[in-house]
Amino acid sequence: MNKPDYKPFDPVIKSALTALLYQLADDDFILAYRGSEWLGLAPHIEEDVAFSSISQDTMGHAAMFYQLLEDLGEGNVDSLAHGREASERKNAVLLEMVNGPGHYLSTAQYDWAFAVVRNYFYVQAKKIRMDSLKNSSYQPLADVALKVNMELYYHLLHWKTWFVQLIQAGGEARQRMEAAIKKVLVDFEGVLTLGPLGYEIAKHGLIETEERLKQRWLYMMKPVLESVNLSVSESDFAMKNGNGRKGEHTADLDAALSTLSEVYNVNPAASW
Amino acid sequence: MKQIQVMEKAALEALQNVKDPEIDSISIVDLGMVKHLKAEGSTVRVELLPTFMGCPALDIIRKNVEAELGKLGSFEKIEVKFIYHPPWTSDRVTEKGRIQLKEFGIAPPPDLISETGEWHVECPFCGSAYTTMDNLFGPTACRSILYCKSCRNPFEAMKPVSTMM
Repeated sequence: MNKPDYKPFDPVIKSALTALLYQLADDDFILAYRGSEWLGLAPHIEEDVAFSSISQDTMGHAAMFYQLLEDLGEGNVDSLAHGREASERKNAVLLEMVNGPGHYLSTAQYDWAFAVVRNYFYVQAKKIRMDSLKNSSYQPLADVALKVNMELYYHLLHWKTWFVQLIQAGGEARQRMEAAIKKVLVDFEGVLTLGPLGYEIAKHGLIETEERLKQRWLYMMKPVLESVNLSVSESDFAMKNGNGRKGEHTADLDAALSTLSEVYNVNPAASW
Repeated sequence: MKQIQVMEKAALEALQNVKDPEIDSISIVDLGMVKHLKAEGSTVRVELLPTFMGCPALDIIRKNVEAELGKLGSFEKIEVKFIYHPPWTSDRVTEKGRIQLKEFGIAPPPDLISETGEWHVECPFCGSAYTTMDNLFGPTACRSILYCKSCRNPFEAMKPVSTMM
């Protein structure tokens, strides 16, 4: 069979590997959930189709990363996705934040500028990760990265288009985009960090160093930002609302988890 | 031909009956999803490549594969597995599959992607190249929505995906 033979790892490497996989899985999982909340509320119908399709892909990526964790004996995919409390989650805080005030069923006043900036900045960071992971020392992860990367190409194109067009529109659009950029940047360090085991993760060749990935993000974004008269530097990155990689989270995540795991908690064996 | 080869051939033919649940003119074989099929004694193992990871049709496809191979009556054990490597790419769609997609009103994925990442799609109805992209993202993960300016029909196209991206 082609199923890779999972040899027992050195415990140090294994803990670095699972730490990285939890970040990758939890990031995609919660952002896909936030994306799904936009369904029916996006600015126009074509965007509704596009955004829900992107969120579906992203949830598929989370499922693959959870599958890799399951293969390493971390528990089954459904319980990893639905059965873990906020304090066990390793996603960046930026990705768990609500889309805006209100609730998607009734009084949603979601912020499209925030959605565009959060998704664009995140997807660019994810693209850089996937490119690096294609050379991961853990072959099953390298295989998954190659697959994710192909779908990501379209996501990045999509968010970049929105980003540039809204900023270039000027007026209120630009103001709101600039406000959203500020809001995203003060928690963007939380996306870029590889967490407490970052050093070990890079040392064992699972992915390149955090610093290298960060510089690459700045390098990739520079021409796009310059084209719309904006600049971002390393000193703009912060973790204002906590370090999700350490399990620090906001009340937004608790609320999201109680909604998304409702069915699972009623019947963990339910067929989806 | 050896007995086992006969069984494998029959199994592969049976998989022609497993259609994409959302494009019922094309089989998973012609979509290029079947990577590997091997019979061993009374066991048959099938490895499938998912087109897009979040595709909700995967479980339906798995069940349909099991059902079709079960109908042959020659296997006691049927193992169906989705694998990610090599990744599915749109050039895996067969020539027959490309024709079947058109019959369904879906333009097959463009053969070549130029270095700029642009792609050009011909209308599956009239063959015109005078088409525009309405939405890169369509009703399913693997499809985009386009419009033909010649025959004035909206249509869908399979998204090209390649490891070059």
